[in-house]
Amino acid sequence: MGKTLFDKVWDAHVVKHAPGGLDILYIDKHLIHEVTSPQAFKEIENRGLEIFRTQNMVATPDHNVPTLDQHLPIKDALSKFQVDTLTENCEKHNVNLFGLGHPFQGIVHVIGPELGLTLPGMTMVCGDSHTSTHGAFGSIAFGIGTSQVAQVMASQCVLLQKPKKMRITIDGELSKGVEAKDIILYVIAQLTAAGGTGHFIEYAGSAITSLSMEERMTICNMSIEMGARGGMIAPDEVTFDYVKDREFAPKGEQLKEAITYWKSLKTDASAQFDTEHTFDANNITPMVTYGTNPGMGIGVKESIPNSNGNAASFDKSLNYMGFKKGQEIIGTPVNYVFIGSCTNSRIEDLRKVASFIKGKKKAANVNALIVPGSKQVEKQAKEEGLDKILEAAGFQLREPGCSACLAMNEDKVPAGEYCISTSNRNFEGRQGPGARTILASPLMAAAVAIEGKIVDVRNYLN
Amino acid sequence: MEKFKKLNSPAVPVAIADIDTDQIIPARFLKATSREGFGENVFRDWRYDKNGELVQDFPLNDSKYSGKILVAEKNFGCGSSREHAAWAITDYGFKVVVSSFFADIFKGNALNNGLLPVQVSEAFLTKVFSAIQKDPQTALEVDLENQTITLVATGEKEQFEINEYKKECMINGYDDIDYLINQKTEIENYESKAVKFW
Ligand code: SF4
Repeated sequence: MGKTLFDKVWDAHVVKHAPGGLDILYIDKHLIHEVTSPQAFKEIENRGLEIFRTQNMVATPDHNVPTLDQHLPIKDALSKFQVDTLTENCEKHNVNLFGLGHPFQGIVHVIGPELGLTLPGMTMVCGDSHTSTHGAFGSIAFGIGTSQVAQVMASQCVLLQKPKKMRITIDGELSKGVEAKDIILYVIAQLTAAGGTGHFIEYAGSAITSLSMEERMTICNMSIEMGARGGMIAPDEVTFDYVKDREFAPKGEQLKEAITYWKSLKTDASAQFDTEHTFDANNITPMVTYGTNPGMGIGVKESIPNSNGNAASFDKSLNYMGFKKGQEIIGTPVNYVFIGSCTNSRIEDLRKVASFIKGKKKAANVNALIVPGSKQVEKQAKEEGLDKILEAAGFQLREPGCSACLAMNEDKVPAGEYCISTSNRNFEGRQGPGARTILASPLMAAAVAIEGKIVDVRNYLN
Repeated sequence: MEKFKKLNSPAVPVAIADIDTDQIIPARFLKATSREGFGENVFRDWRYDKNGELVQDFPLNDSKYSGKILVAEKNFGCGSSREHAAWAITDYGFKVVVSSFFADIFKGNALNNGLLPVQVSEAFLTKVFSAIQKDPQTALEVDLENQTITLVATGEKEQFEINEYKKECMINGYDDIDYLINQKTEIENYESKAVKFW
C-alpha cells in the first residue's frame, strides 16, 4: 500500500518505536516564545540537564508584546518580566533569539516561513497550537505543551502516538470575494470544532493547489480549530518559489537537491486515509462566526441556526454573543475591527485590505486596528506605501505581535462589544473579558470597517 | 510527577460542552514564569462576574459540590496548547477530569502533569451528571490499574482507555523526559543517518 504525505514525513523522523505503541519522533525545528517556555527552561535547569540541540531552536517574543512604542521598555511589569525571562534564557542557553526591535521579530508562525526556517519535509514543534500553520509547506508541524517543550529541549524528540490521517479535498474555483479564510471557516463549520480530533489533515484539491503560500498558511493555521493535531499541503512549485532566497533556506546546489527530495513528498495514489471529506469550492461564500467556537460559522447571508449539538452550550454561546436563534447576522453594528494574528497578518492580507479601503474612510463608530505579523511585513507594507492608505482610511497600523488575537497586551476589545476579527478563535473572552468576536476574512473585515456593520463584501466588488 | 493509582471522591459537575483552554485559564493570567498558583484563576471568567464577585451558582463556587474529580461535557480542553490549563486544574486540587471526549493536546498535557483524563461514553456521562444532581456528594471511584470508573452508590461502572505506557508513568510518577534522555545514543544515531537539507 502506498504512503500518504504525512506517512512519508513521519516515518522519516521516527528514531524508534517506543513502548505502548508510541514513536520517538525527531524534531527538526523547535520554535519558542515567551509564554510557554519559561517553565520548560526551569525544568531543564532543575534536572541539571543541558539543551541537547540549541541550533534547532529559534525564539521570539510575540504574545505579550505591546504594539505601540516597542522601542520603549514594556510598561506592564508581568509582560516585561516574561519577555525579559525569554531573553535571559536564550542568552544563557545560547538560543537564537529575534527579540523586540530585531528586524526578524514577529509572531512565531509568521517569521518561521518568511525567514525560510520552515521547509518542506521537516518536523516542527512550538508550545503553541497554531504551529499547524507551517504544515502549508508539507512539513509536520504541531503544537505541544510545556512539558513537551522541555522534552524537546532535553532530547530533540517527542514521544507520540502516530495520529490518524484525514484528507480534505476541495475542488472547484472560489468566487470573487471568497478567500482562503472562508474555505477553512466553511470546513470547520461543516465538520465542527471537534471534527478533526485524533487526526492529522492533508488538504488537497484544485481549490487548495491554486492558493498562494500565504493563503495555504491560513488554511493549515486553523486545522487545530477542528481539533486536528495539524494540517499539511503537499509542496509544489508554488512552495519551492516561495522558499528560495529566504534568509535561512538552502541555496544553490543544496536547494536543487532539496527540491528533488521535496518533490517526492506527495501522497501516493494507492495510499489510504482513515477519514476523507470532499467539498465543492463553489458552495463557499464569505463566512462569519456567530458563536463562541470556530465551528459556529455561517455564510454571511445565512441566518443563525436554531441548534448545533449540545442545547445548553448552544444557548449559553448565543447568550454570550447577544444573538438569537434564526436571526440574520448581516446588518449587525460592529464597533471594533481587528486585522492581524498568525492567521491573517501577512503582506498579502495587508495588501488586500489596503486595496479595498483605498480612497475610503472607516465608519465613524469603528475602531480599526491592523497589526502586521512581523517586522518584515511591517517594513514591506511601508515600502509599498500601504501605511499611508491605511492611515488615510482611519486605521491604526501597529507594530507586530499577537495583539488582540488573545489580548494579553493592552489591545483588548471592551466587554459586550462586537469585534470582527481575522484571527482564529472566537472563544468567550478571547479578545478581552466579555468581548464578542466574529471571525472573518481580511476582505470582510475591511468592508465591515468601512460600513460599521456586517455586510457582504461581494456587494462592494465589481 | 505525583503517582496516581486509585481515587474515591465526590465530583464537581460543569455541564458545558467544548470547554476551551481560554475558559480554563484566560490568556491574561498566563504571564507567570512558574507552574504554581494558576488554580486561583481556573475558570476565572465563569467563577467571577465583571465586578470581581463570585458567581454563586457556578459549580466550583457552589458549596454543595466538592471533591477531586471534575466532570464536564464533551470536547473538553479544546483550543490552545497552553499547559497552564492542566496546571490550573491540578493546582485547584483536581486529580481527574471526566468527559466523553478530550482535545488531543489537553489530554497529553494532563497526562504529563499527573492529571488523569477519563473518557467515558455519552451514556455513562449522562448517568454521572444525574447521579451528582440527585446527590451532590455521591462518590465516584477511579481505578487506574483496572481502568474503571464506578458510581459507588449504584455500582455502575465503565472501562476507560489509556495508553499502556502512559498508565505506567501515572502509576509510578515517571515522565517522558526520564525516558527520552535515556535514548540519547539512538537519537544521535538517527541524526547521523537522517536526510537533511537544513
Ligand atoms: S496570533 Fe493568536 S493564535 Fe497566533 S500565535 Fe499569537 S496568540 Fe496564538
